[in-house]
Amino acid sequence: MASTKAKKSKIHERTPGDILMSVICYIVFSLCALVCIYPFYYIFINAISANDLSARGVILFWPQGVHFQNFISALQIDGLAQSAYISIMRTVIGTFCTVSASAFLGFMFTQNKMWHRKIWYRMVVATMYFNAGIIPWYLTMRNLGLTNNFWGYILPAIVSPFFIILTKTFVESVPKELQEAAEIDGAGILKIFFRIMLPVIKPIMATVAIFSAVNQWNAFQDTLLLVTDKKLYPLQFILYQYLNQASSLAGQSNSGSGTGSLAGLATSQTPTSIRMTITIIVVIPIMLVYPIFQRYFVKGIMIGAVKG
Amino acid sequence: MKAIQKNKKKWDSFKLFLYILPFLILVLIFSYYPLYGWIYAFFDYKPPKPFSWDDFVGLKWFYSLVETDVKINQLLQVLKNTFAMSAITLGTSWLPMIFAVFLNELKCVRFRKFVQTVTTLPNFISWVLVYSVAFSLFNSTGMMNTLLASLGIISPDEPILFLQSSDHVWLTQWLWLTWKNLGWASIMYIAAISGIDNEMYEAARVDGATRMKMIWYITLPSLLPTFFVLLMINIANFLNNGMEQYYVFQNAFNKEYIQVLDLYVYNTAMGAGSYSVSVAISMLKSIVSLVLLFFANGASKLIRGESFL
Repeated sequence: MASTKAKKSKIHERTPGDILMSVICYIVFSLCALVCIYPFYYIFINAISANDLSARGVILFWPQGVHFQNFISALQIDGLAQSAYISIMRTVIGTFCTVSASAFLGFMFTQNKMWHRKIWYRMVVATMYFNAGIIPWYLTMRNLGLTNNFWGYILPAIVSPFFIILTKTFVESVPKELQEAAEIDGAGILKIFFRIMLPVIKPIMATVAIFSAVNQWNAFQDTLLLVTDKKLYPLQFILYQYLNQASSLAGQSNSGSGTGSLAGLATSQTPTSIRMTITIIVVIPIMLVYPIFQRYFVKGIMIGAVKG
Repeated sequence: MKAIQKNKKKWDSFKLFLYILPFLILVLIFSYYPLYGWIYAFFDYKPPKPFSWDDFVGLKWFYSLVETDVKINQLLQVLKNTFAMSAITLGTSWLPMIFAVFLNELKCVRFRKFVQTVTTLPNFISWVLVYSVAFSLFNSTGMMNTLLASLGIISPDEPILFLQSSDHVWLTQWLWLTWKNLGWASIMYIAAISGIDNEMYEAARVDGATRMKMIWYITLPSLLPTFFVLLMINIANFLNNGMEQYYVFQNAFNKEYIQVLDLYVYNTAMGAGSYSVSVAISMLKSIVSLVLLFFANGASKLIRGESFL
C-alpha cells in the first residue's frame, strides 16, 4: 500500500524545480564520469595508435593506425619483464601473508580468554595513529638487512591494524554458539579457526585481499626508500623513472616539436609510446579485478564505518 | 584438583597469547622500534659512520631550523604549503557528502551504479599512475595543448607547460586529489544514506515536500554525524598530507609551492643528506599531529559523546 502510494506520488507530484534538478544532476554526473574515464581511454588509444602520431599528440578521440607492436616491444625493454615479475610476486605473496595474518589475528583478538588480550589489541591498533617518520623507519629497515631485499616489501605489511579491525568486527558478528559447540566437541583453537571460522569469514577476507593486493600493486614509496637494486624495482617504479625522464625533457625544451622528431616509423618506439604502454600494462590488472570486487570494497568500508 | 584446573586454565589463556606473539613481535619491530630513531635528532649522525654517544649535540638541529633567515623562510614556505593544501581539503570536505546526496537522487539505477563505479576507479590507481595520466593529458604534446591549439586558443609552437609551472600549484594539487578521492570518499555517505528510514521520506512526501526540501531537512541532517567524524579525522591529519602525491608531481619549477612537510622531511634527508635535521622535523610534526588527534577526539567526545579512537 505504502509503496504504490509512493510510486504514484513520484509520477504525479513532480514540480518543475524537481525536473530541473534531475536534468542538472544527470549532466553534472555525466561530466564526472567522463572526467574519470576519458584519461584512461586517451592513454589506451594512444598506446595502440601509430607511434609517430601519438608522439605528436594528435590522437584525441579514436585510435589511428592501430597496432599492438608496443606491447610486444615492451617485453623487450630492459628490465621490464623482471619488474613485472617483482610486481606480481609482491602482490601475490604480500596479499597472502596479510590476509592470513589479518584473519588469524582478527579471530584471536575475539578470544576473551586470552592473557591480557586488551593490552595486545590496543598495542596493535595504536600503531594506526603514530609513526616514527621515514628516516627512523629506513634506518630500522637497514639495520634489519631489509634494504635491497624482497622481504622488505612483505614483512612490514603483514600486521595491518585496519585490516585486523575489519576482520575482528566481522568475527564478532558470527554467532558465539558456533565456537562453543566446537569447544564442547573438544576442538582446539587452531582447529576452530581453520575448520569453523575460515569458511564463515570468507567475505571479509576477500575485502582485505583486494585492499591489500591494490596496496601492494600500487606501492611506490617503499621502493623509493629501500631499494637501489634494479632487479627489485616493481613496475610502478620503472614507470616513474620513464615519467621523470620525460618530464625533465619537457621542461628543457620550450616547444613540443622536440619529441616529434624522435618518432620514425609508425611502430618504432618513442618515449611517448613506451610511457603510454607501460601505463596501460600497470592499469590493466586494476581494471580487471575492480568491477568484480567492487561490492567487497563497499562492504568493507561499511564495516569499517560502523567501527569508525 | 581445583588448583590443577586453575593452572590449566591459565596455561590455556597463555597459549592463546603465544599464538599471536610472533605477530606482536612484528608490530614491535616495524612500528615501535623505529621510534628509537628519534634520538638521531639529538646527535650528529652521518650515515656511513657508526653511531656513537660522543656525537651528542643536544637541541642543535632544532635551533638550526630557525638559525638563518633563509632557513626560516624555507620552513615558513613549507608550513604555508602544508596549511594551504590541508585547509583547501578541509574546506571542501563536504564535497563527497553533496556528491553522494545528489547521486542518490538519480532515478536511473544503472546510470547511478555506472557513475559510482567509474568515479571510484581513480582511487585504486597509484599516484605514479595519476602523474602518468596528468603527464599524458597536460604535457606539451598532450591532449590539452593539442585541443587548445586546434581551437586556435594557443599557437602550436608555444604549448602551455601546465605541469612545469609554479602557478596555482595548491589548487591543481587539490584538483588531482579530488579527482582521485571524491568517488571513493562518497561511498561512506552512500552507505549512510541507504540506512535512512524510508518512512521519513514518505511522510515528507505526503506533506508535499519538494526533493530539495527533503534533502535539506532529512538527508543532510542524517549524514551530519558521519560528516563530523570524517571531519575530525581530517583535522587530526592536518599535517599528514603524505608525500607520494607531491613527490611524483614535484619538479624544479613548482618545488617552492609543492613542498609539504612530509615531502620536506624526505627531501632534507635524501636530497640534502641531513638525516638528523630531517628526523628533528618529523619528530616535531609527529608531536603536533598527536596533539591534534587528541584535540579532535576530545571535540568528538564533547559534541557527540563518542570518541573515534
